[in-house]
Amino acid sequence: MPHITLPNLPGIRGPMAFRPETAKPLNELVEVLLRHPNSLTPGERELIATYVSSQNNCHYCQSIHGAIAAAHLDGDEEVVASVKQDFHIAPVSAKLKALLNIAGKIQQDGKLVTGQDVQAARDEGATDLEIHDTVLIAAAFCMYNRYVDGLATIQPQDPDLYRQRGKMVARDGYVAANLTNVLSPSTPTTNAPELVAR
Amino acid sequence: MPHIELPLEIPGIASAFAFRPETAKPMRELAHVLLFEPGSDASLSSRDRELIATYVSSRNTCYFCQTSHGAAAASHPGGSSELVAAVCADPQTADISDKLKALLVIAARVQSDAKTVTPEMVSTARAAGATDLEIHDTVLIAAAFCMYNRYVDGLATWQPRNEEMYRVMGKRLAESGYTQTPAAHPPVTKPIADQPVIAESALAAR
Repeated sequence: MPHITLPNLPGIRGPMAFRPETAKPLNELVEVLLRHPNSLTPGERELIATYVSSQNNCHYCQSIHGAIAAAHLDGDEEVVASVKQDFHIAPVSAKLKALLNIAGKIQQDGKLVTGQDVQAARDEGATDLEIHDTVLIAAAFCMYNRYVDGLATIQPQDPDLYRQRGKMVARDGYVAANLTNVLSPSTPTTNAPELVAR
Repeated sequence: MPHIELPLEIPGIASAFAFRPETAKPMRELAHVLLFEPGSDASLSSRDRELIATYVSSRNTCYFCQTSHGAAAASHPGGSSELVAAVCADPQTADISDKLKALLVIAARVQSDAKTVTPEMVSTARAAGATDLEIHDTVLIAAAFCMYNRYVDGLATWQPRNEEMYRVMGKRLAESGYTQTPAAHPPVTKPIADQPVIAESALAAR
């Protein structure tokens, strides 16, 4: 049960509906990082988000972003599982492996990233912007994961729920998909007054 | 030296913000809502919210963030550098309310492993008068600083050891917040809207 009274929505969607003022920048940030045009594909960026969420052991975030990654990658759930298990032997580019190495260090402590880690990514063709975005995606998911777990949000186990929503977010994006946090008819009416009051 | 080519002469997170304005915008807005704007039941003061940010940054050993937000906390009414130091050393013996002490216990758990926040910790905060919104904001402030701290340190940004610079920065943050409205900054060269880079450079040069 969540630590505070939240609208009956899974994962981060509960606290986002509870506090729209902070949901707005939280959604905008993830939209820019994971969806805006970038030399890293949406699938690659979702894999970084999924890997960090997995290292933080956040069930909701690794499931939903894993599902979004798979939706971007022609439904390939195997590659998502292999990146989480051991990205070094996963079927992804050498550049993405070097970026995942940096992301893994950020997840522990930003100060662990070395000049050699960054050089290794550059040697595989990573640009400054790609390195920047990798650092910020990893840092941002250290926030989203803690937000989701720290409030003890509802985190469904059924992979099919994530699969379906993953396809929708991959198609429509975060800002559009999360409009349903406040508009969804499935939101229990008992929570409606609280939403209106905010 | 920073890991990527960040604008020179701009310290800490401001250099990364200048490098990537598209991500800077929501990150500034988030900090502004969490730390500066009055909440819908504004019972947790900006001083207290900056103390939570400072405490988490201190636990993450991020020099730039703990120093700049410590300076902001000290600049708010009821703040002082002594209070900031006492909170970072041990919140339970610092001269702060029981409510803030209980919220800092939650913030520390969010920083180390958010899954270890217990219902008992939340009950203790409630018994000391914390609302659901205050508990929510405490969790999100702590989580957000686990992002800001990693961003600042992960890019190896320039973090000068210059107390006066942080004091000036803290005063500005306490007075004007985080969204960089042109009115908050005396124009340095010419008054162009949406040029935080110029404003931050001016700050560093002071």
